[in-house]
Amino acid sequence: MPDEVKLNDMDSLNWVGTRPARPDGVDKVTGKARFGADLSLPGMLHGRVLRSPHAHAILKSIDTSKAEALPGVKAVVTRDDFNDMPSEFVPAGEMMVNYRDIVRNVMAREKVLYDGHAVAAVAATSASIARKALKLIEVDYEVLPHVIDVEEAMKPEAPLLHDDLFTVGVEPAPKKPSNIAKVVEFKLGDVEKGFGEADIIVERTFNTAPVHQGYIEPHACVASVNADGLAELWVTTQGHYVVRGHCARMLGMDISKLKVTASEIGGGFGGKTVVYLEPVALALSNKSGAPVKMVMSREEVFRASGPTSGARVYVKVGAKSDGTITAGHCELKYQAGAFQGSPVQPGAMCAFAPYDLENVDVIGYDVVSNRPKVAAYRAPGAPISEFGVECVIDEIAKKIGMDPLDIRMKNAAKEGTQAAYGPKFGPIGMISSLEQAKAHDHYSAPLGENQGRGVASGFWFNIGGETCVTMNVNEDGTVALLTGTPDIGGSRASLSMMAAEELGIDVDKVRPMIADTASLPYTFLTGGSRATFAGTTAIIHASKDAIDKMRARAAQFWDVSIDEVVWENGEARPASTNVGDFDPLSIEDIAKLANSTGGPISGRAEINVQGAGPSIGTHIVDVEVDKETGRVEILRYTVLQDAGKAVHPSYVEGQFQGGAVQGIGWALNEEYIYDDNGRLENAGFLDYRIPVASDVPMIDTVIVEVPNPVHPYGVRGVGETPIVPPMAAINAAIEQATGIRFTELPMSPPKVLKALDEAAASGGDD
Amino acid sequence: MPKIHVTTTINGDATEYLCEPEQTLLDVLRDELNLTGSKEGCSSGDCGACSVMVDGRLVCSCLVMGAEAEGREVETIEGMADGEALHPLQQKFIDHAALQCGVCTPGILVAAKALLEQNDDPTETEVRYWLAGNLCRCTGYDKIIRAVLDTAAEIRGA
Repeated sequence: MPDEVKLNDMDSLNWVGTRPARPDGVDKVTGKARFGADLSLPGMLHGRVLRSPHAHAILKSIDTSKAEALPGVKAVVTRDDFNDMPSEFVPAGEMMVNYRDIVRNVMAREKVLYDGHAVAAVAATSASIARKALKLIEVDYEVLPHVIDVEEAMKPEAPLLHDDLFTVGVEPAPKKPSNIAKVVEFKLGDVEKGFGEADIIVERTFNTAPVHQGYIEPHACVASVNADGLAELWVTTQGHYVVRGHCARMLGMDISKLKVTASEIGGGFGGKTVVYLEPVALALSNKSGAPVKMVMSREEVFRASGPTSGARVYVKVGAKSDGTITAGHCELKYQAGAFQGSPVQPGAMCAFAPYDLENVDVIGYDVVSNRPKVAAYRAPGAPISEFGVECVIDEIAKKIGMDPLDIRMKNAAKEGTQAAYGPKFGPIGMISSLEQAKAHDHYSAPLGENQGRGVASGFWFNIGGETCVTMNVNEDGTVALLTGTPDIGGSRASLSMMAAEELGIDVDKVRPMIADTASLPYTFLTGGSRATFAGTTAIIHASKDAIDKMRARAAQFWDVSIDEVVWENGEARPASTNVGDFDPLSIEDIAKLANSTGGPISGRAEINVQGAGPSIGTHIVDVEVDKETGRVEILRYTVLQDAGKAVHPSYVEGQFQGGAVQGIGWALNEEYIYDDNGRLENAGFLDYRIPVASDVPMIDTVIVEVPNPVHPYGVRGVGETPIVPPMAAINAAIEQATGIRFTELPMSPPKVLKALDEAAASGGDD
Repeated sequence: MPKIHVTTTINGDATEYLCEPEQTLLDVLRDELNLTGSKEGCSSGDCGACSVMVDGRLVCSCLVMGAEAEGREVETIEGMADGEALHPLQQKFIDHAALQCGVCTPGILVAAKALLEQNDDPTETEVRYWLAGNLCRCTGYDKIIRAVLDTAAEIRGA
């Protein structure tokens, strides 16, 4: 951990904490903003992917000759156009990916492993010719038995996806392959002793469904490879440097030969941290010699891009009758999809993280099955494990007659708490979020018939990582701010505000831009709630660099030493009256002097940012359950979350609101539905129902600010935590409204109605 | 199959194009006319990102064939601002931070404008149901609804 820094005086801020218009706002309300599918190049071809209709099959042969003969078809690629790669794990967002698996996920090799798995791709002069060509590709499949459910996949007799997959993390190492890729465990204290001290123990098993990130913009890219091997890629992604690395590796290119430009990105939520179309488009462009655009359909997005895991979650919690939790145990079984790498590890680490517990044991299993490979989704893994834990804590509170906020308060993690996953926490916002929840008028508002209120808390680590910034001082003293993290939710606003704050200039004088991969050194992706935290940290460094250079120019101009020049309110000034009687020099003045004092001026930072502060939030939700239809209506919703310091409060609120509503969808409607053949039955927005405007109320927000001690303004990441609490909060609210404790997500109308009917039949409250 | 010749009006401008029989109006706008403000989120009429007006009626342009625009008046997001002057809805969306990624924004603006043209005093519920065909995954809708209601109030007060 980096050292704590002196916190800035928060009362004298000009920009941080205000709500200026975002710099990309006009582009986005006028339709000018260019997203992944919005670029066209001269001579561009249209690429399409042929996908497996089978959940599990051997790819015996692929005959593309008829497709290649179709007029207008310029290139066809299959597994034969990609080199195999050895097993090697590399970080992608908060998850790890394996090149052996990426190359197989991008284009199936020995087998297809899920419905929608890419088998071949064509590039043609029109989209319609490309579609016709796909129908001419002849694939000989030998269909194999498949497995979808996570516990079925764990059985010894289950169909095996990979005959070289041996479980890691168990002793002795297994001699037979299985679908269990990995077992992880995080322990603290002695859970058996803890359960022995408990007055009450509750244990429950929960099922959660895989849910998709549901970004409205499908994956899209345009690739152009020249005969000399120089290549450009335009792509909607959370991390164009990460895409560059993956593509260069897969295609055997020098990284310097591939320039990647991030388009505007139409939502990602973790799902745009990996590659799908990009290496294929590059391969098609290489083969055809022409630029190739590829865009997924919505059906392809659902069938072939990563949802997050569905899981089986067993939770056992023991507590004393005063609410003190004495032990917590979890067993997490997460679907990874067709290749290993579910978010079970972060899920296991987060499970009990909001609490200060002595005895914890969390075991996690990473399990492959015949589903699309999961990708990161907003706090990957945490919503699943914390859902189970929060539901059980709510049940304990109810059983011992304690307020659900009070039991959380009694056990809340605080500064100095030893987390089961390793670190001791610095200052964190669990207690503050609970206190503000308790004091909020929402918590004491009256409820009507068939209505219930639930609360839950949530934790996410947040990350820093490689972050580069260049701040070019233009000839007129305005500033071009180059950053390398694609802006998904308004981060250009907060980053330019931080530059304006540090330099002491108007935010309107700062023009933020997302640099392409050739224009800034490697910058890690937008993920892990890092863009604003890490970006502002780098900007503070780059501003200091620029200011030092401008002080030096002023010193040179005044013929004094640099120590005799200070920077105040956007101006270089003599440090004292002893230095001399000089008029202050503004950035504009210094920019005009730049050439006569040595040349152009920029500020730079190229750092690996450390010290991200975890963010904790508490949600309050009121629901009404329609006993005729089983529909759960969200009546009122309040998010209270620690932001450390909100740079642009509107976009912090936006993260809270958007995350909460994604969680509402996870809780109430969203799921992947497979038929008996392992084919996804609801690969569209009509049947995979994300919340629409009429499904939700206003989402009230309270920004809690417990400063992160390693950031000069106290900033923490905020984007991911808001999706963690909703499922358990809604579960508790439904329990209060109906007396029924659901253990399966989504709590969709058919399931709720069935449970209500069963309760009525068994002499329930109706 | 030969291409179809279409004569139509787009954002007030007389426009001609050739389209394949299978091309949707959205395909034509984006791929033939380079009006990429309308977005393809689903191509099945479920997400509303491609919302445009055809003869004053709000439609998903992915569900209208390109050939069907013959003789009609099409309005897209590109025609919403009056030169440099933003439509009040566009300005309110910026003021209220009613967009994050912004990919649903063109469709939502076109749909919201259609609402306010027939009802300048909608309730929150009316706005929510009117926009129920326009999916947004980033915002949770809160700031979008506030921006539309605030625009309506401003229009009524003007």
